[in-house]
Amino acid sequence: MVKVFFLYDVLRLDEKMLLDRLRARAQVEPLHVSSSILEIGGYAEADVALQRSISFYRAMSSTVAVESWGIRVINNSLALAMAEDKAWSLSVLYQHKIPVPRTLLAYSIDSAVEAARKLGFPVVMKPLMGSWGRLAALASDEEAARAIAEHREMLGSMYKVHYVQEYIDKPGRDIRAMCIGDGVPAAIYRVSNHWITNTARGGRAEPAKVDPILEDLVIRSCKALKVEVGGVDVVEDPERGYVVLEVNAVPEYKNIARVTGVDIADEIARYVVEQAKR
Amino acid sequence: MPTLKCPVCGNPVEVPDDAMPGELIEHDCGVVLEVYRDQNGNLALRPFEGVQEDWGE
Ligand SMILES: [Zn+2]
Repeated sequence: MVKVFFLYDVLRLDEKMLLDRLRARAQVEPLHVSSSILEIGGYAEADVALQRSISFYRAMSSTVAVESWGIRVINNSLALAMAEDKAWSLSVLYQHKIPVPRTLLAYSIDSAVEAARKLGFPVVMKPLMGSWGRLAALASDEEAARAIAEHREMLGSMYKVHYVQEYIDKPGRDIRAMCIGDGVPAAIYRVSNHWITNTARGGRAEPAKVDPILEDLVIRSCKALKVEVGGVDVVEDPERGYVVLEVNAVPEYKNIARVTGVDIADEIARYVVEQAKR
Repeated sequence: MPTLKCPVCGNPVEVPDDAMPGELIEHDCGVVLEVYRDQNGNLALRPFEGVQEDWGE
């Protein structure tokens, strides 16, 4: 029987469902990262590992540790790092000819305001890392852009890279699509009057139609970032069509599963076990 | 089902037999508790500090 390491720190419903489905297909050894000691170059017996730590730093470091044991981790360390860093992600996606929002990086308050002016208001200002739409701000004019940039500079060195992005006037919704290996088992619209449509911020979710164009875009985005199990955020631009905002390498999926009725956990479990058999 | 003590209100908390570290339990007192293993390797409860936002969806 295949043996799977299950790396996690908090057992949300997402992780519980995954554990349940994995246990039906494999021998599972849960590894509670935050209470573990992991040796670089250590040894443990497993065919594959699934990374479900919510904290990026725990996910990243535990992945590289387990990789040093010669065990393949889904998603791997390069995928985690690229997906987490929004500038890195967009750069790689762009190089793979995937439509992404026009984005400027600036390294001082003045240049952040200048970048916003260049793009034209309103603009989106995000931290380079982190998500749930947290700290993402919409600046409607120069004064607002300056206030946001000043605030960010106080938050720490990571926030001193100003990520200034065009605001895509999407039709009151965006798309979250699950990608597992070479397939897109389900997608939802996240509908909200608020410009940040993350369900974590109170948007409503509805099943979304996965047309061939969307499917292709989602799979190519994940492949570009080496992400095997991912959640892809997409918006619909009235002129350009689908535009990819970001890829999550430890995706929450319970909303997608609930809204579409697709057993995402089982799809992930099946993929992970299949990979172990290779 | 083992019974542990809520670190917030002091009342007993029923913990499922198959509880694992990292599991979250909502207690009647309104606090979310996280199961963890103490220094002796026993299951114990602490208030859940939330998912620190260095990542998410
Ligand atoms: Zn209590």
